[in-house]
Amino acid sequence: MLENYLPILVFVAVGIAVGVVMITLGFVLGTRRPNSEKLSPYECGFEAFEDSRMKFDVRFYLVAILFIIFDLEIAFLFPWAVVLDKIGMVGYLSMALFLGILVIGFIYEWKKGALEWE
Amino acid sequence: MDLLMSLWEWLGENLVVVQILIKIVIIVAPLMLCVAYFTYAERKIIGYMQVRIGPNRVGPKGWLQPIADAVKLMFKEIIIPSGANKTLFLIAPVLTLGPALAAWAVFPFGDGLVLSNINAGLLYLIALTSVGVYGVIISGWASNSKYAFLGAMRSAAQIVSYEIAMGFALVGVLVAAGSLNLGEIVRAQEGEGGLFNWFWLPLFPLFLIYFVSGVAETNRAPFDVAEGESEIVAGFHVEYSGMPFAVFFLGEYANMILISALTSLLFLGGWLSPFNGWPLLGPMFDWVPGIVWLFIKTAFVGFFFLWLRATFPRYRYDQIMRLGWKVFIPITIVWIMVVGLAVVFEMPWWFD
Repeated sequence: MLENYLPILVFVAVGIAVGVVMITLGFVLGTRRPNSEKLSPYECGFEAFEDSRMKFDVRFYLVAILFIIFDLEIAFLFPWAVVLDKIGMVGYLSMALFLGILVIGFIYEWKKGALEWE
Repeated sequence: MDLLMSLWEWLGENLVVVQILIKIVIIVAPLMLCVAYFTYAERKIIGYMQVRIGPNRVGPKGWLQPIADAVKLMFKEIIIPSGANKTLFLIAPVLTLGPALAAWAVFPFGDGLVLSNINAGLLYLIALTSVGVYGVIISGWASNSKYAFLGAMRSAAQIVSYEIAMGFALVGVLVAAGSLNLGEIVRAQEGEGGLFNWFWLPLFPLFLIYFVSGVAETNRAPFDVAEGESEIVAGFHVEYSGMPFAVFFLGEYANMILISALTSLLFLGGWLSPFNGWPLLGPMFDWVPGIVWLFIKTAFVGFFFLWLRATFPRYRYDQIMRLGWKVFIPITIVWIMVVGLAVVFEMPWWFD
């Protein structure tokens, strides 16, 4: 059973190695003549005049939080979806109830304006 | 030939890792070639759509253009901005390319032609494609540049939003197929009706949503606000040059090919012939190997990525978020329940 996962482990290692090797190759082959102008952050020719890690809109946080909730729902749906043809109508109705509660929450956040971007 | 076979068996018994590595090279090398020539196809196709020829100088008809690009990027200077977090700055591109390659570990190229036949295949794919967003957000943070930061924020919010719609669409496929194993999902689409047995028909809304979400996930036009050239230059990878940029670029195109291949696997019957079981055409195309069908389907879906880019103007950011949250998520939830009913009542043709 578990030996099926060995190729996956090796493949993940290879995937990382390809990126690492390519970047190392770039360091070996590329020229390196840095100066302070070249290394300053790009800002259309201006000198950078404040820290770039600035405040950002709170809605990005909101999206992240909502994402976690919905992603968990998807994780809950996975096992249900696989065995649905065996658990039949009872399983279907209980998941309908669960999704119904989720939809009520979804309508609430919609009405509250959490999904608005103007 | 016999010698090679016995050598192969000896490897399987004594040096399994070497055998696996050979298999991985057989998958990754053609994949990298496909990625390189996908960029060439993009420039050519968009060129012709805009009534010009596209690259035609390097090699016959420009066929060596991707190789020339790769060599050029290899010799470019790697600039690490003075205020950047060096380690994170270099890890980010690897985190974009790595998952896009590793996802192919569970991908069935034909009946039984798969590196690792695990039952949690789809779960593994979702897990890996979710890692891609880390590359984007880490690069935006580590660059210490305003454009990169803004681009990363936008792109991360967009990717996670569409990931929900994508996940729900996948749940629809799971309900229809009743298995997480990608091979089983394709076999569930086999039938006398050929292409009408595939899941694109009963799951049509989910098919469209999966593809459009895939376009948004990979930050491609018309959802490319993350790198909208006219406003934030190149978005999260504005500070990247040389090989780190090339790795980002490869990751983006590898992801596009992965999404195309997954769309053809989950909705377009994978390696199955579209004429399977048809009276005249069925036997006529029996000799075509499954992997050829898979390649044709993937190229077909991949073409749509390029077509969309040549056709549509860029979406506004609030419109993107509205489409993801207010249109796609409600549709997918409703359609999961519809498909669930069809499965419970064993609707003829697809689910009996």
